[in-house]
Order: sequence, then structure tokens, then C-alpha cells
Amino acid sequence: MSIRKNITASMGALCLTLAAGLVQAGDTIKIGSFLAVTGPASFLGDPELKTLQMYVQEINAKGGVNGKQLELIHYDTSGKAKEAVNFTKRLVKKDRVDLIVGGSTSGTTMAAIPIVEKNRIPFISLAGSVKIIDPVKKWVFKVPHTDRMAAAKIFADMKKRGLTKLALISGDGGFGKSGRAQTMELAPTHGIKIVADESYGKKDTDMTAQLTKIRDTDAQAILNFGFGAGPAIVTKNVHHLGIKLPLYQSHGVASKKYIALAGVAAEGVRLPAAALLVADKLADGEKQKPVLISYKSAFEAKHGAVSTFGGHAYDGLMIAVEALKRAGSADKAKVRDEIEKTQGFIGTGGVFNITAKDHLGLGLDAFKMLEIKGGDWVVVE
Amino acid sequence: MWDQILQFLFTGVTVGATYALVALGFAIIYNASDVVNFAQGEFVMMGAMCAVFLYSGSGLPLPVALLLAVALTIVLGMSFQRFAIARARGASVVSTIIITIGASIFLRGVALLLWGKDILAMPHFSGETPIQLGRATLLPQNLWVMGGTGVMVLAVHYFFHHTTLGKAVIACSCNRTAAHLVGINVGLMMLIAYGLSAFLGAMAGVLVTPITFTSYDAGVMLGLKGFSAAILGGMGNPMGAVAGGLLLGLIESMAAGLISSGYKDAIGFVVLLLVLFLRPSGLFGKASAERV
Repeated sequence: MSIRKNITASMGALCLTLAAGLVQAGDTIKIGSFLAVTGPASFLGDPELKTLQMYVQEINAKGGVNGKQLELIHYDTSGKAKEAVNFTKRLVKKDRVDLIVGGSTSGTTMAAIPIVEKNRIPFISLAGSVKIIDPVKKWVFKVPHTDRMAAAKIFADMKKRGLTKLALISGDGGFGKSGRAQTMELAPTHGIKIVADESYGKKDTDMTAQLTKIRDTDAQAILNFGFGAGPAIVTKNVHHLGIKLPLYQSHGVASKKYIALAGVAAEGVRLPAAALLVADKLADGEKQKPVLISYKSAFEAKHGAVSTFGGHAYDGLMIAVEALKRAGSADKAKVRDEIEKTQGFIGTGGVFNITAKDHLGLGLDAFKMLEIKGGDWVVVE
Repeated sequence: MWDQILQFLFTGVTVGATYALVALGFAIIYNASDVVNFAQGEFVMMGAMCAVFLYSGSGLPLPVALLLAVALTIVLGMSFQRFAIARARGASVVSTIIITIGASIFLRGVALLLWGKDILAMPHFSGETPIQLGRATLLPQNLWVMGGTGVMVLAVHYFFHHTTLGKAVIACSCNRTAAHLVGINVGLMMLIAYGLSAFLGAMAGVLVTPITFTSYDAGVMLGLKGFSAAILGGMGNPMGAVAGGLLLGLIESMAAGLISSGYKDAIGFVVLLLVLFLRPSGLFGKASAERV
């Protein structure tokens, strides 16, 4: 059934290509996207959309890819998995996109995966969870660092400081849950003991009760997995309760907004994050620096302070564009194969070496351990 | 252990006080017109968002910005009554409730367009130095929330039981036609009820925002929790709504602290369901007979 459907689809596509060849004007490469532009995860989707629009425009101004203009078709999911399913179906069935770069949150990405797998569309996700690429799914790739990497990076830093007992508090969204699971799974292999495991709801406004419980354990450090207002409230509550333990946040708070919301309470907080945040402070020899500076200045000239999330959209789009160029066409299977062959691509998140077994292709060195000092980030390694 | 419980108590009362103010707003409009105003949460959000933007946008001193924000929200609440609710005069209660749902979506949209989708912070009224009580800590802002709520609850109580105007509002809820016949301006009373609800919502908004932050969609959850609190306490009873709010806040905080943080909302709603099973009119509500 599905083979026949595919034959029909490719016949249709062939006819369309022929027709487009005659008309010329309709001849574009369609890049689909579904992002959380509004809603609680808007701080992810908003810079992602701005980045995609900015670079699609720039690429088109330079003549496009393979002689064709890029066409960006995007929808706003408000971070809801149900909407992601609807919009992905629409992108595939109605808009007939050639590939998809999007999915701001792990929840929306996971919801879209069955659809892209079934319809065989190359999909580069912009969400954090390791579950997106583990186990490997043929048509699904992702560019942001995983929560597993964040946990590993934090454990390494804890070891350096001689801390072994960790209290965990995580949001109940997809990102927080997945981060919690990875932390629990990874902790024993790093000799870390989890002494408390608390959670909070996406819209909760006070985490004092959970933190009071943590205060009365023998924890030596606190780790908070989450994004949005939650981590900022946790940070403030920790400060107000007078808890002096080192506080680790995940890469979910890698934006200036977090520092602005948490204020003085954010001082001394450590988090693993992409080098983009500290682009200016990198040594001149670092491979990533030119890419980082160019993205940062381009984004900041138009939209204000840069965040790593917009950077993911840059990485996803550029990996797709490189793959399109190497494939020489927008043929979905060819593009997928070429994405899988991405080697040594320097993006904002790190240097990508994607393989058939690793659909992310970033090493632990892609993360820097940062500490917040004087309202800014400082590299601490 | 007792330090912990004391801490949970502080948290519960602070959060509960916010729910109580929202619930009180629900109860007032319900009392005056039998309508559940689902835009109540949006009044909270509007108060908070106006305050944040008046303060950070125009550089007004904090107290002035807060007062202006509350005043603006009252005007908003009254115009909502005047231009949306009063226009549908004669519409059934259900239709009016649907209008309020529409208004809540509209207000969220307006806030989104006007102020964007960022999460926003506001400074604490009197500093962020925690007050130590044993091992439990309390922020000056917590005291503001508790005190502010206390004052407003008393004021509302006084208004309804000891002023002619307040009694006139209650009269409208008892029997609109009779109230009209004895010379009460029913339209004006409705306007007052909505203005008062908007005032309470806006006050809740400006009091808690320093602790909780705000955003264009912050009203949804607060509205839902306030509604639950009003149901818990008994919908037609303003003081019951306040008690319901405090109770819900305490249950949530104790559940998060003593049982499991993952289940705290579930526990709150289970208690609500149990109460509705055992006392369908709420803890402090009077069993009402269907009016014919």
C-alpha cells in the first residue's frame, strides 16, 4: 500500500517537476518548519524563526541553492504536541515540502517523528532530548546538544569540585523529564549519588516546598533541568531560602533572559552551554570563532541579544543547505544520505561529524562549562 | 521537620492568597449576575503586564506605576462589562459565560500583540532580603501578598455588608426585577461588580508578579486555580471563595513538600472532586434550589 502510495507520490512529484520546469517561476526548494513561536517555549521558537527567515533571505539573495530559490513554509505550534502533528501532516501532505527543519521542543519533535518517518522526509530537529536520535531513526537528525551530554558535562565539573551528592529538581515538560531520566541513568557511572528527585509543573510559580525538602537532605549540589520561567524561579527560591549549595542549570537557560529574570540570584550558577554565548571571549585560534562571530553580529544587528537556540536553527538550515548542494537536487533520499555524510561542518553548536550511527555528531567538547558572574557568562575550564 | 512545615505553610499561604483574590473576583461577578467570568485570570495578567510596562517602559516610580496599572485594569473591566456584557442584555447565562471566554482569548491576544511573548520580571516592593524565622524564610513580598489580600478581603466584606451600594449589588443578584422596581440602577451595579472584580484581579497581579514573573498567558493557570478555589469554597459565597483559595494553596504546598511534588496539582484537584461529591455546593456554599 505504502509502496504504491509512494509511486503515485513520485509520479505526482515528477509531473509537478515537469510542470515547474515549464513554468520556471514555481521552481523552489521548499523547506518546512514548525516552531514554538508563541507560548511558554517561545524563547526557543522565536529566535529560531528569525534566524531561518534571515538566512533563507540571504541565501536567496545570493542566488539560492542549486540554482533554485529556497521557500520557507513555517507554522507556529505554541509548543503543543498536538499542533505539531497537525502542522507536520500539513507540511507533508499539502505543502509537499522537500525537508523539514524545526521542532523547537522535544515534545513537538517526538510527536512529529512518526509522520516524517512514514512519509520519508528528511527532518532536522532543533530540540534537546537524546531520545530523538537514540535509537537512530532513518530520517531524523538533530543539531542541539543532548541532555545526556549536559548531564555528563555537569558530572565532570562536579567531580573536579569534589562533589558527589546531587539533588535533582526538574520541570515536568518533555525537556525536564528527558533530562531527569538521562541524569538518573548516567549518575552511577560517574560516581554521583542522586539524593533528592523533585519536580515542578510548567506554570508553577513557586518551588519553595520542593527546595525546602532538598535543603534537608545531605546534597552537595543542586541540578535543575528545565526551561522558561521555571529555572529562574528555582534560582530565586534557592537564593531566598538561603541555600548555599552550588546550583547547576542545564543548557535550557542559555540566554540573557534567564539572567535578567533571576537577577542577583543567578550569580555563581553554572551551566553547560554552546560556545556561542561566549563567542567574544574565545581564543582567536578556535575553529568555531569566525562562524560564531558572523552569526552573532548578523543576528544582533537585526533582532537584539543572541541566544544559542537561534544558533541551532542556523546549524540545521546550513547542514540542510550543504546536503542539498552535495546531492545536487532536492531528492529526499539523496538529501537524507548527504545529511548523514556531513563531516567537519562548523556550526554554532560545535563541529558536526554525523554518521549512520550518530545522527547528531557532536562531541562533549562542543559544550563549555559557564559560570554567571556580574550578569554575564564566564568560561570556567 | 517543623521548620519544613512552617516553610510549606508560608509558601501555601502566599500562593493561596493569590488564588483567594482571583476566587473573590469570580464570586463577586457570580453573585451579581450568576455568570462565571472566565476572563478573571486575564484581569490578573493585565494588571501585572501594565504595571511592568509602566514601570520599565516609562520610568514612573514603582508605586505610581502600580496604581496606574490597577486603575487601567479597572477601566478595562468596566469597558468589558459596558461594551461586551451589557450589549448582550437578555442573553442567557451560558451565552454570557461564552462571551467571557471570548474576552479572555481576546485579552490574551491583545497583550501578546502589545507587549510580546517574553516572560517579564518586576522588582520586589521592599527589597529581597529574606526574613528568618527559625530555619524557615519569608520574603517581604510574601508579607505584601498576605497583607494586601487580608486588607482587600476585609474591604470587600465591609462593602457588601455595611454600605448601601454593596447591598444594592447583592440585591441585584437576589432578584434583578425586584431590585429594578425599588429604584436600583441594575446596569450601574453590574458595572461596579465588574470594576471591583477587575480591581481585585489587578491587585493580585501586581502583588505576586515580583515573586512569580508574568507573561501574556499567565492568566490561564491563575484563572483555573482561582475558579477551582471558588468552587471549593462555594461559588456564591465571597468569604468561602477566600477560604477555598487559601485551602487550595496550602494543600498544594503541603502535597508538594510532604507527599510528592509530581502529584501536587493532582492532589489539589482530587480534594476538589471529593468536596464536590460530599458537598456539591462547596465547603461554605448554601445548597441552592433551582430558581423557576
